[in-house]
Amino acid sequence: MSETENRLESLLARRYKHGFVTDIDADTVPPGLDEDVVRLISRKKGEPAFLTEWRLKALRHWLTMSEPHWSHTSYPPIDYQAISYYSAPKAKSDGPKSLDEVDPKLLETYEKLGVPLHERARLAGVAVDAVFDSVSVATTFKERLNEAGVVFCPFSEAVQRHPELLERYLGTVVPFTDNFFASLNSAVFSDGSFVHVPKGVRCPMELSTYFRINAAKTGQFERTLIIADEGAYVSYLEGCTAPMRDENQLHAAVVELVALEDAFIKYSTVQNWYPGDAEGKGGIYNFVTKRGECRGRNSHISWTQVETGSAITWKYPSCILRGDGSSGEFYSVATVNNRQQADTGTKMIHIGRDTRSTIISKGISAGHGQNTYRGLVKVLPSAHGARNFTQCDSLLMGGKCGAHTFPYVEVKNPSATVEHEASTSKISDDQLFYCLSRGISEEDAVNLIVSGFCKTVFKELPMEFAVEAQNLLAVSLEGAVG
Amino acid sequence: MLKIDNLHVKVDGKEILQGLTLEIPSGEVHAVMGPNGSGKSTLANVLAGRPGYEITAGSVTFQGRDLLALAPEERAREGVFLGFQYPVEIPGVNNVYLLKAAVNAARKHRGLEEVDAFEFLTLVREKMRLMRMEESMLSRGVNEGFSGGEKKRNEILQMLVLEPRLAILDETDSGLDIDALKIVANGVNTLRSPARSLVLVTHYQRLLDYIVPDHVHVLVKGRIARSGDKSLALELERRGYDWVTGEAA
Ligand SMILES: Nc1ncnc2c1ncn2[C@@H]1O[C@H](COP(=O)(O)OP(=O)(O)O)[C@@H](O)[C@H]1O
Ligand SMILES: [Mg+2]
Repeated sequence: MSETENRLESLLARRYKHGFVTDIDADTVPPGLDEDVVRLISRKKGEPAFLTEWRLKALRHWLTMSEPHWSHTSYPPIDYQAISYYSAPKAKSDGPKSLDEVDPKLLETYEKLGVPLHERARLAGVAVDAVFDSVSVATTFKERLNEAGVVFCPFSEAVQRHPELLERYLGTVVPFTDNFFASLNSAVFSDGSFVHVPKGVRCPMELSTYFRINAAKTGQFERTLIIADEGAYVSYLEGCTAPMRDENQLHAAVVELVALEDAFIKYSTVQNWYPGDAEGKGGIYNFVTKRGECRGRNSHISWTQVETGSAITWKYPSCILRGDGSSGEFYSVATVNNRQQADTGTKMIHIGRDTRSTIISKGISAGHGQNTYRGLVKVLPSAHGARNFTQCDSLLMGGKCGAHTFPYVEVKNPSATVEHEASTSKISDDQLFYCLSRGISEEDAVNLIVSGFCKTVFKELPMEFAVEAQNLLAVSLEGAVG
Repeated sequence: MLKIDNLHVKVDGKEILQGLTLEIPSGEVHAVMGPNGSGKSTLANVLAGRPGYEITAGSVTFQGRDLLALAPEERAREGVFLGFQYPVEIPGVNNVYLLKAAVNAARKHRGLEEVDAFEFLTLVREKMRLMRMEESMLSRGVNEGFSGGEKKRNEILQMLVLEPRLAILDETDSGLDIDALKIVANGVNTLRSPARSLVLVTHYQRLLDYIVPDHVHVLVKGRIARSGDKSLALELERRGYDWVTGEAA
């Protein structure tokens, strides 16, 4: 091992800053999953019959499926009967109407996490929905959004107030039969965010959801649905953290995006679930299905993800490019350190004419981490003139980690153009020494070089979050220096 | 300012510097010349603290302190600057961002707060004009896609902004055309002051027409084989390195 590698090793032992537990009374259903549990969840949420029925169909389908094992990850078997499928902080009344009614302990939690709900609402002008374990605890800026006609609320509130929208769109992008984890989610999903931006409306502010797992031995199964009607524009960001616990916790979310004609959806993720300790004990299993459909002509969906946390990440935010002239983008930074494993990428399904897609993936591997890019570019016979550009870059830090790339391409229309570029590099001794010789500390130098590597992705993030993501990256590669 | 005494340095088990002794007082400009492979870059790198060099004997004192005991970043913060012979590219890292990080690291070391963003930019722009650099080079990646000459000018820009006490410029003149050479020399000359020392590592005496040194040393086989004033460089130019190597052998 070179000297740089040795030094990097010692720099890379990481600290997780969000690992505290909030001591709060919770209403948690006992572990186990059957039709009664699904009915119980549905009843707790006061759901209409169609939704209960949909959940049950999903459960029945799920029971016929087996866990997928094609990804480049390994983990002990998950006992799905040992997980609790619902946990909510006990509310004093029916749930808070405004921030002032939210349990101060919860507000404090979000403040500690760097998401001060009051502050952020006032200063940054970003609307936040905060999801704590299975339920949403606060949504800010509701009035201003209402005035613009934008619906941004917890999923369970949408069930009450916009059942017609749910019935029309839920499961139309990710059907409950889609895959093992999506089916499980469809049966037991608890909360998440719902967004509807009406025709011609440009959402007046960034929307964001902050997911927090707190309770032990629970799974988090949130469901997010975003609909941008004709000509609408919305930019949405999600952030996630969890306490440090020795056992693994399952997070199996589903996100569906629907973009109608000329609509624009920008979806950004800064994922920092607890990654487990240096030996790989504990951490979140982040098994997530995210998919957007560009349903209308010239619609646009852009995914940006910065994945620094989780013990295992298994997610492929994808675009179905159905509308003619529609376009999809996927910008990704995934870091793995210690024993983390990430198998992530995207699928771009070209159906409409002149559809375009861009994939930029930056994988950073350190410690014993395993980082896999897995992508599919599929051009159907109907997609005349489709174009794709894919770039996958891997950065290796130290000699014990791994980077793997699986770019699948299926082209059924000869007029399509598909380009692929890939590179694998290391932080070079020369780059590091150049920074040191300018007085920059080793840790800052590594961060500088890594952020440079990620720049094309970071610049896609909304301004307020680009800085946050950069800091997070620094933390995730930070060592116990000093 | 700088005192090198009987320095022995090995690279990959091979002794490159073999008892080098050199003293550079404050306010002076010294040129270190020598044939290819004589150890000039090795000397420059060892002074800056590059890893991979084994110091087997000797000492280096910088402003009364043991320079070799300091980490490279500490040396830089104390005012040592190395202008690289081959500046490396760092893709995606903003040129001006690196420069600002460097300035702030030095300020923090001196107990000062971070530089004011506006003042910093004003200063950098002024120095860039001096170096005849396009402003667009600020927002490009560090040395990313720069021509050889642009890289060298960028090194001098960094030096002008960082205002080091001791600057070691390793073959800053190589690969420059005559106009660029004059610009670089002009930049370097603005930094000459009684409180500052300069080491010009060069292969050719051409640079010394524009930055006139107080002393010239010839490095042969890891040792100073001969020292003199500016006329030594001219004599070398006339008679070639063989003249000194022959004598030294
Ligand atoms: N990293 C290295 N590994 C092996 N040999 C080296 C290394 N760096 C320098 N050398 C050798 O040391 C000698 C001096 O090199 P250098 O200091 O670069 O000379 P100069 O700058 O005077 O041309 C040369 O013989 C060179 O091959
Ligand atoms: Mg050299």
